[in-house]
Amino acid sequence: MYKIVRKRTLNPTVVEMCVDAPRVARRAEPGQFVILRTDAHGERIPLTVADYDREAGTVTIIFQLVGATTMKLGAMEVGDEIHDFVGPLGRPTETAGLSRVAVVGGGVGCAIAYPVAKKLHGLGVTVHSVVGFRTRDLVILEDEFRSVSDVYKLMSDDGSVGEHGLVTDALRALIESGERYDEVIAIGPLPMMKFVSLLTKEYGIKTVVSMNPIMIDGTGMCGCCRLTVGGKMKFACVDGPDFDGHEVDFDEAMARAAMYRPFEAEAREHVCNLLKTGGAE
Amino acid sequence: MPNMQVKKTAMPTQSAEERARNFDEVTLGYTETDAINEATRCLHCKNRPCVSGCPVAIDIPDFIAEVAVGNFDGAYDVISKASSLPAVCGRVCPQETQCEAKCVRGIKGEPVGIGRLERFVADRHNEKKHEIKKPVPNGHSVAVVGSGPSGLTCAGELARMGYAVTVFEALHTAGGVLVYGIPEFRLPKSIVSLEIENLRALGVKIETNMVIGRVLTVDDLLADGFECVFIGTGVGLPKFMNIPGESCNGVFSANEFLTRVNLMGAYRDGADTPVMHAKHVAVVGGGNVAMDAARCALRLGADDVTIVYRRGEEELPARREEVEHAKEEGVAFRLLTNPVEIIGDEKRAVRAIRCVKMELGEPDASGRRRPVEVKGSEFELPVDCVIMALGTSPNPLIKSTTDGLDTERWGGIVADENGATSRPAVYAGGDAVTGAATVILAMGAGKSAARAIDEYIRNK
Repeated sequence: MYKIVRKRTLNPTVVEMCVDAPRVARRAEPGQFVILRTDAHGERIPLTVADYDREAGTVTIIFQLVGATTMKLGAMEVGDEIHDFVGPLGRPTETAGLSRVAVVGGGVGCAIAYPVAKKLHGLGVTVHSVVGFRTRDLVILEDEFRSVSDVYKLMSDDGSVGEHGLVTDALRALIESGERYDEVIAIGPLPMMKFVSLLTKEYGIKTVVSMNPIMIDGTGMCGCCRLTVGGKMKFACVDGPDFDGHEVDFDEAMARAAMYRPFEAEAREHVCNLLKTGGAE
Repeated sequence: MPNMQVKKTAMPTQSAEERARNFDEVTLGYTETDAINEATRCLHCKNRPCVSGCPVAIDIPDFIAEVAVGNFDGAYDVISKASSLPAVCGRVCPQETQCEAKCVRGIKGEPVGIGRLERFVADRHNEKKHEIKKPVPNGHSVAVVGSGPSGLTCAGELARMGYAVTVFEALHTAGGVLVYGIPEFRLPKSIVSLEIENLRALGVKIETNMVIGRVLTVDDLLADGFECVFIGTGVGLPKFMNIPGESCNGVFSANEFLTRVNLMGAYRDGADTPVMHAKHVAVVGGGNVAMDAARCALRLGADDVTIVYRRGEEELPARREEVEHAKEEGVAFRLLTNPVEIIGDEKRAVRAIRCVKMELGEPDASGRRRPVEVKGSEFELPVDCVIMALGTSPNPLIKSTTDGLDTERWGGIVADENGATSRPAVYAGGDAVTGAATVILAMGAGKSAARAIDEYIRNK
């Protein structure tokens, strides 16, 4: 059992939790993920490590309340215990040899992009962060990003905060203004990562994306998380989750991500009702 | 005078129509009368051919003799000298190619139902609660990686010798393939959990959620004070065919499909984990895993389930009984048929599987006749789900994180007959060494490794 030691609400649908998991904290690196189950009957869901404290033995996760499991998790409080919390899984984000990087985050993906930016900043790398949200109320980790970024560009779809536009608009503007990057690291919704990759391909800038497909075991056993990268089948859980954005078949990934959507909608409805009536454990 | 009944005493089973719609165990086991009757069919041959067919050399005629006189506890004692998971092996061992294949009664009629008797004896034993005495600790500790048949056996053997044993399991439930792979209707999970409870009673510690190679490495375990490490991590990596369309929604590895159903309990109403309830299913492959997947799909409500296998009936690697059960339940077989493409619709969901007919040519390296494509024989099978049951290979996680651990080109860990690897103090056994094999072979490997580990530690 893994105790929740801190919890804060980052925006109406995004929650940050700090979990007591010393063995996970010991080896965790940015880019890796954990698999958790809220209770003994729960499903296994992957969540990327948002932060870790090796001394305190804690791991931070940030998640959006989108499905039944994240809603159940969101309803848990400090002192409650998460039934299973496995990790660190997957390969860490490669940071060696970089000197100028643009980190692009979209929505809750910023939760994963932030530790990468923080690590790069700590290594003395010049970090330009380009983050985008639908609207002002959804902005997360602004102070955190600013503190590790040489340039911070905040974009919103509706113009209610930062600049009006998409992250690709800001990234293109930076590149057009003469900024040069060894690498772009893009983390966010699949369409965002797809369009960032298309943009950087025009300019020939290496781009790494963090894929977050449906998983069960997270150890290479089921093949549920398979993707096509450079025409070859890859398992995100063991070969990734980071991949070359210019090689990923995003359209296929988007179709696969939609596979259980009807089931998820039904399960979410069910959990909503349980939470409303106070019937959840 | 032995009972000269030509056929095995029938085992009660759920009717095919009934069981094809539930996940309860298919075969119901012998009654006392059935068991005694079957036991009296044994001729007690002097040269005991059946024992030579058993990978762990159970004294088969001796236990059968005890059953024949109604001494079921005595029979259990005989079996448990050689086997630590009889309730499991009595159900899932391929007896028809092992002990029963050697039975003299099989020459004119059916062999003695050794597997059925083993199961009866084990179930009978498990009906009662048995007090387990904790062995006297010998002050040494061993880590076991993986809680499948080889790991559980190795852990049990060592614990009985007095070792402090900790089993590290990557998933949230112990049992390995017995839990995630073999379905409830063939091996009830209560049997596996009883075996695990018995191990705990012996003092074995089981740590779940421990992916060795990620959370801790084999070297961490040795540095943390374990004197030996046994690796029984099985063959977890699924194979795909590398044909077009394999990424379509509705295509699953058998591992994924079975894990959702068995480990995550997705067949139950209200389960948190979803599984596709497909209407028209093709399962590619002819082994036990293919049969399990096909029969699960049927139980989830499929209208039709077809096994697609590139060789013929004779070559089906599955146990005869599983093939028969699958057929009785209504699984169709398209033999000498090989998929060449999976066809998706506009949403990339499976619409059909395109296959080609095969014929058998010359024998290949495995000794089986090689299937060759029949030109111009392509056809489409309309399905909404394809399950790939093509076999599995070892997970590279331990290999890639353990320096100096030699592996074969296909990924298996190199180990001698006692499980010793290229690294001192590191032993391995089961499918991780041999490639996909049987529960009983993995159990045997766990047992030999336990003896070798004991010797290694005592001679240190």
